[in-house]
Amino acid sequence: MFRKAKHIREKYLEENMWPSIFCQACGIGTVLNCALRAIDKVKLDIDQTVFVSGIGCSSRLPGYIDADGLHTTHGRAITFATGIKLAKPELNVIVFTGDGDLAGIGGNHFIHAARRNIDMTVICVNNYNYGMTGAQLSPTTPLGGIATTSPYGNIESPFDLSALAIGAGAPYVAKWTTIYPHETMTAIKDGIEKKGFAFIEILAPCPEGYGRRNKLNQGKDNLLWFKKNSIGKSRYEKLSEEEKRACDKIVIGKLNDIDKPEFTAEWSKLVDKHFVE
Amino acid sequence: MKKRDVSTATDSKYRPARPFNREEFDRIRRILGGKVLFVQGDSAVSYGALLAGCRFFAGYPITPATETGEVLSQLLPRVGGVCIQMEDEIASVGAIIGASRAGTKAMTATSGPGFSLMQENIGYAAMTETPCVIVDVQRSGPSTGQPTEGAQGDIMQAKWGSHGDYELIALSPSTVQECLDLTIDAFNLSEKYSIPVILLTDGIIGHMREKVVLPEFDDVEIVWRKEPTRPKDEFQPFTDDGSQIPEVAIFGEGYHTYITGLTHSESGYPATDSQPDHHRLVKRLCDKIRNNRDKIIRVQRDYSDGGAGATGIVSYGVTSRSVNSAVKTLRQEGLKVDHLRIITNWPFPEKEVDELAGRVDRIIVPELNLGQVYHCVKEAAAGKAEIVPLWKTGGEMHVPRGIVELVKGRG
Amino acid sequence: MKTEMRFVAFGGQGIVLAGVILGEAAIADSNNAVQTQSYGPESRGGAAKSEVIISNDDIDYPMVVEADCLVALSQPGYDKYAAEVKPGGTLIVDQDLVDAGTPPEGRAFYSLPFAKTADRLGNRIVTNIVVLGSVCSITGVVSENNLAAAVESNVPEKFRELNQTAFSEGFKLGAEAVKLKAAGEK
Repeated sequence: MFRKAKHIREKYLEENMWPSIFCQACGIGTVLNCALRAIDKVKLDIDQTVFVSGIGCSSRLPGYIDADGLHTTHGRAITFATGIKLAKPELNVIVFTGDGDLAGIGGNHFIHAARRNIDMTVICVNNYNYGMTGAQLSPTTPLGGIATTSPYGNIESPFDLSALAIGAGAPYVAKWTTIYPHETMTAIKDGIEKKGFAFIEILAPCPEGYGRRNKLNQGKDNLLWFKKNSIGKSRYEKLSEEEKRACDKIVIGKLNDIDKPEFTAEWSKLVDKHFVE
Repeated sequence: MKKRDVSTATDSKYRPARPFNREEFDRIRRILGGKVLFVQGDSAVSYGALLAGCRFFAGYPITPATETGEVLSQLLPRVGGVCIQMEDEIASVGAIIGASRAGTKAMTATSGPGFSLMQENIGYAAMTETPCVIVDVQRSGPSTGQPTEGAQGDIMQAKWGSHGDYELIALSPSTVQECLDLTIDAFNLSEKYSIPVILLTDGIIGHMREKVVLPEFDDVEIVWRKEPTRPKDEFQPFTDDGSQIPEVAIFGEGYHTYITGLTHSESGYPATDSQPDHHRLVKRLCDKIRNNRDKIIRVQRDYSDGGAGATGIVSYGVTSRSVNSAVKTLRQEGLKVDHLRIITNWPFPEKEVDELAGRVDRIIVPELNLGQVYHCVKEAAAGKAEIVPLWKTGGEMHVPRGIVELVKGRG
Repeated sequence: MKTEMRFVAFGGQGIVLAGVILGEAAIADSNNAVQTQSYGPESRGGAAKSEVIISNDDIDYPMVVEADCLVALSQPGYDKYAAEVKPGGTLIVDQDLVDAGTPPEGRAFYSLPFAKTADRLGNRIVTNIVVLGSVCSITGVVSENNLAAAVESNVPEKFRELNQTAFSEGFKLGAEAVKLKAAGEK
C-alpha cells in the first residue's frame, strides 16, 4: 500500500537540506518520491545503502536523503559506485544521474558498468537537456529540439538510453515517465531487487530549461506530452510490423529482465578458488 | 526474477575490508614467497601495497606501469581483495575513492597520459579528504611521448595537476627496495592525513629488477584512518578537532555521511555561496599538510665536513643514483660535495634546501626534465646560492661522468 | 668487485629472461644485482638489450658504462656494442648468428653454437638457457649451483628437464671453449 508522505519524509529525508534546489514542476522530486517509496517497500536497510551521484540537478538527490551519500565528479558516479560495491559487496548501491551526466560525459562508464553487470541500481532522470547549466543540448535532446546551444533546432540523433543499456548488456532495464509514478516506483523496486546492473530511465519535465524553449513550459503540458507520446511495451508489441514502423512514440515499460552472472558473485567464486590461508 | 541475495558475498573469503594485523601481514609475506626477492620496481610497488593492507586495485593498462596491475590481478584474489581493470584512468581513480570510502585501502597505478586524465578525481580526493594512493610511473611526455622510457617530467603536475588550492604528498623512490618501502609509507601518510598520496616512480625503476628484502611486521608501521569517536547522531564528517584532520566514517556503518566535491561545511553539506566556509575549508586542506611538514618530509643528507668550496647537489628519484656515483668519484678526487636527496617531493623540503644553500656557493639540480624541481630549489635558496640546472630528456639517465664534469668544470 | 654484463639480441630470443635469471643467481650468491632492459614496441624481432650489473657493494648507477662481458645473438647488436667492451673483457657470440669479422683486440673472444645446440635438443626456445650455461662456465660471474636453481625456478614445469639439459650442455660448451683457448694460448 502507499505509505503516507509524512512517513516517507520523516524516515528518509535529510531535514537540514530543505528547501530543495529544484524548480517548480521539475520532475526530479517525483523521482525521489518514487525511489524512497520503492526503498520503503523493499525494506532496504538504509544504513547499508549508499546513494551515489555525479553532477547536475538529479545528482543533487543523495543530499536530500538521510543516508550515506557520495556526490562525485561529472559523469563519474558509476565508477565511484563500482569501487564502493566491490569493496563492500554487502552494501546496496543506488546511483542517481541525468541524461548529460550519464550519457554525455559519463557514457563510457555507463556502457562498461552495464557490460560488467555489477550489482547496482542506476536511476536516470532524462529531461532532454543540461538543466543546471542552463538548458544546453544533451545527448538525448530530440531532433529539432531547441536548447541554448542548439538555438536553431537539434540536428543530432539522440541516444535511446534504455536501448543503449540493453545493448551494453544490462540485465534489467525499464523506462517510464513521471506521469506514471506508481509504475516508476515499481520499476525502481524491481531494479533494487535485481541482483545485477539495473537501469531505470525516467523521462521527466524540465519546465525552466527544455520545457520553456519547446512549448512544454508548464509541468502539466510536459506530463501530458509524455502521456501522448509514449506507448506501453505490451501494447506496442501487439502492433503489426507495419504499425510498429509507423509508430513514433516512446516505448515505455519493463524493457529487459534477464538473468546473467553478476560481477561480485563471480568474483566471490574466483576468490574462494584462489584464496591462500 | 532472482531476488537479491547478499549472503554469497559475506560468507565468501572475498572480503576486501578485512582487518589488518600481524597474522594478515605474515600471510602476505608467505604468499610473496621468500624474504629476499629479485623483482621489478612495478612489482615491488604491488608487494608494498599488499603489505600496507591494500585490498583494492583499479587500473588501466599503460606502459611502463602495467606490471603493477598484472601482479595485483594475480595476488589480490589470493588475499581476498579485488582487482578490476577499468575503462580508463578517470574511472580508476573514481573506483579507488569509492572503495576507500567503503573502508578498503585502495590504489591505482599509471603513467603520464593516464596521470593527466586522473587529475580531476585526484582533486576530488583532496577535497573530500579520501585516503588513496596513486602511483605514477613517469615516462617522457608531453602526450604519448616515449612509452617505454623513464622520465621525471610529472613532478609539477603531481602537485598542481588539479584545479584550485590543495596540498598533497608525493614520494620519489630511487631503488626497487624503496618502491616497496615508500608504497607502505604512501598508504600510511594517506591514512594519517586523509589525502591522496602520489608515488612518483619512473620507467627506469619501474622496469628495473633489484634485490628486495621483505620487511618483518615489527619493522613497519601500518596506519589506519582516524575513525569516528563521537556518537552517530552527533557525528559530522569534517569537524576539525584541532588536528585539522577529520575523522573518517566508513560507508555502511550507520553514520549517514554525505560527501561532496562542492565546498562544504563541517556537516559535509554544500556551502557553496559562503566565502568564510570555502576559505576555512581550503585553508585547512592546505594547513593539515603545511603544519605537519616536519613530520611528513623526508630527505637524506650526504654532506661533507663543511667549510668553503663545497658544491651542493639536490636530487630525487632515479637520478639520485647517478649523483651517488658521481659523489663517490668526486670525493675520491678530493672535492667537497654536499648531496641532499629528496624523498618527499611534496610538500617540498624548502627548509632543508635553504639549510644546504647556507653551506654551499652553488647547488646543482640534475633532473630528467627541462627544469621542475630546479624552480623549487631556486625559490627555497632565495639567492643564498647559485642554482645550476642539469637537464636531460629522452629516456636516459644522467651519466655520473656528466655530473662529475659539471662540478669540476665550474668548481 | 663489480661486473657489468650486456646481452644483445633480437626480441624473442629470451635475453631479458636470461638477464633476470643471472641476477637472481647473483642475489642467491649474496651479491647485489641490477637488471635493466630496453626493447622496441614489438614482442618479436626488434632490437633487444638486457643488462645485469653484479657487485658485492651497493650499485648506484644501474646502467652498464663499460661492459666486462658482451653476449651477442644478433649482428646489429654485436656491431653496435662490440667496441664498447672493456680491455681485458669478454665477448661471447653465437657462431651462426653473428659474423664477428676481426674481434676487438685485448678481449677474450668466444664464438659458440648456442642456437644450433638448442636445435639439437629439440627447441630453439632454450637458446638463452644454453647461453647462460656458457656464460657461467666462461665468466664464473655467478655460481653454477645458484644459476641452475634460478633457471629451474623461472621456467614452466613441463619444460624443466629440457631447460636443465640446455643449461648443462651450455655449461660444457663454455668450459670446453675455455680449455681450448687456454691450450691455444700456451
